[in-house]
Amino acid sequence: MMLRLALANLTRRAARTALTTAGVAVASAMLLDMVMLGSGMRESFRGFLEQQPYQLRLTPRGTMPFDSEATIGGASELIARITADSDVVSVAPVLGGKLFVARGDSVVAGFALGIDPSKQADYVIAEGRDIAAPNETVWNGALLEAAGLAVGDTVRGAAGYDPQLRRFTGTRELVIVGRGRFVMLSGGELASALQLPTLQEMGGPDRTDRISVALVGVRDGAVSEEVAKRIEASEPRMSAISTEAALRFVDERLGYFRQLAFILASVSLAVGFLLVTTLVTVSVNERIGEFAVLRAIGVARWRIVAQVMAEGVALSVVGSVLGLGLGLVTAKWLNGILAAFPGLPAAFEFFRFEPSAAFRSLGMLVICGVLAGIWPAWRAASLPIAKTLREEAVA
Amino acid sequence: MTQGAKSLVLSARDVRRDYPVVGEPVHAVRGITLDIAEGEYVAIVGPSGCGKSTLLNLLGAIDRPTAGSITIAGRDVSKLTDSEATRFRLTGIGFVFQRFYLMPTLTAAENVELPMSEAKVPRAEREARARELLRYVGLEGRAGHRPYQLSGGEQQRVAIARALANKPALLLADEPTGELDARTGTEMIEMFARLNADGTTLVVVTHDEELAQAAKRRVHMRDGEIVDDTGRVA
Repeated sequence: MMLRLALANLTRRAARTALTTAGVAVASAMLLDMVMLGSGMRESFRGFLEQQPYQLRLTPRGTMPFDSEATIGGASELIARITADSDVVSVAPVLGGKLFVARGDSVVAGFALGIDPSKQADYVIAEGRDIAAPNETVWNGALLEAAGLAVGDTVRGAAGYDPQLRRFTGTRELVIVGRGRFVMLSGGELASALQLPTLQEMGGPDRTDRISVALVGVRDGAVSEEVAKRIEASEPRMSAISTEAALRFVDERLGYFRQLAFILASVSLAVGFLLVTTLVTVSVNERIGEFAVLRAIGVARWRIVAQVMAEGVALSVVGSVLGLGLGLVTAKWLNGILAAFPGLPAAFEFFRFEPSAAFRSLGMLVICGVLAGIWPAWRAASLPIAKTLREEAVA
Repeated sequence: MTQGAKSLVLSARDVRRDYPVVGEPVHAVRGITLDIAEGEYVAIVGPSGCGKSTLLNLLGAIDRPTAGSITIAGRDVSKLTDSEATRFRLTGIGFVFQRFYLMPTLTAAENVELPMSEAKVPRAEREARARELLRYVGLEGRAGHRPYQLSGGEQQRVAIARALANKPALLLADEPTGELDARTGTEMIEMFARLNADGTTLVVVTHDEELAQAAKRRVHMRDGEIVDDTGRVA
């Protein structure tokens, strides 16, 4: 009956309770979003890196993959040496370049990846099929649209274009055999994939036997960090970046975001705490006569404490549940806006829902609700009965 | 411990209550000795500030005396711990207040059930007793009404039913007609007379001359002391 009394007291001032619950829900949504932001980008990167069956990325020393136009020469011998390592099970070479095509009087330029189709992990086929011959290519939807072409069309592509002379270099007749979704590229980026030798030939002597990055898969049980050290020791012009090292690098770069998220999450918790404390304190102040009477007729002190704290917990739980929904909607909306952030993969998520982290944070808010009720609850239970009744009678 | 043929329900011995105030302490109750036998109907009267309500709070174990002892139904309530006093108030004493103090979110029946729920009376038993008590105070048709749907007199009758819920040894009422109009006040006086006739031991603090006259015994207080005690059981 005391629990019923607690819940009935919340509905007694329905508008005030609804406003406070809405405030807790907003604080809860913000807390959830900040927790999702704090871990979301890192976990999103991890997801991207781990969806590829490669644990190491080899780049020209001091660069990140496709961070610059630097390339590695003598790729064939390099791949052979790396493959000879007993812990290495596969190597996927990739060359980054440009692909130009004419559309009427204008020129459409897109990013080109020279890959080994049997080992590539850069795109998935959404329409048509994958590359099987040197003159075949896979484009993404943005490039097809920009060039006004479709799967099955044949096009003359070029590796270079001089805008002053309006002259293409390294041209080649290419058949578009498929439409691919390039997982590491941003949404609006125009992209294509060709066989590595085709792109090297189109690039001329500057690109012969050169690659931008090599993805290395290590056998199960091998420590990728140790394989990376061995490769760097034997190939001084290379950087071997493991998935963990890449995540550490990302962590360093995202430190500011995490600090911001932590501060805003703490503010959200504090706001939730203060909202619940304020409402419960006001509610207790309005009912001190009732509490004094309950004590006078023999209701135990701890039952009064439980009643008042139940009000705080109810507000926090309902607010947190509403906040969970609100937070997820807000995160989806913000992800949609931030998807246009330049240089980030289209599927990259700034806010990622991790159930354990989300429920932990909402659990913290509920604990805050419990703590917020302690002081007003103790105050209600500790009222001097006779004095309070006398003052209430006078009032 | 008997007085005449009836056993004592309440025995106060040299009870004092001082309030610490800056300067000289206030002596609200000054060495009161009072015996109340089972079935008595006692009105405590006197001018404002004479210590009537303070005495009632002491008799009801709401407050603790500075000195002296108060024994109710064989228990020295002045020596109880806070939780023991709470339990004693729940089962041993019924309270009726001037301003009714019903829980506004509960129905009349639920208000009556509240002390029984606290005393862990099984639900079916307490619902039946709540119905019985509401019938006793003439409100059987108002069981599902909330306090704001009841008149002042009806609210006070629900408060009486609540006070009787756990079958207390003693019913204490502080200005029970203070918030009621003359006609409803008269009804309440009749209600108290009926309660007493049915065996309830009653102590009423009042300024209401009509209510005081209805009591069989009148204890007059002045400056924290009993100055007259008329109608006392011999």
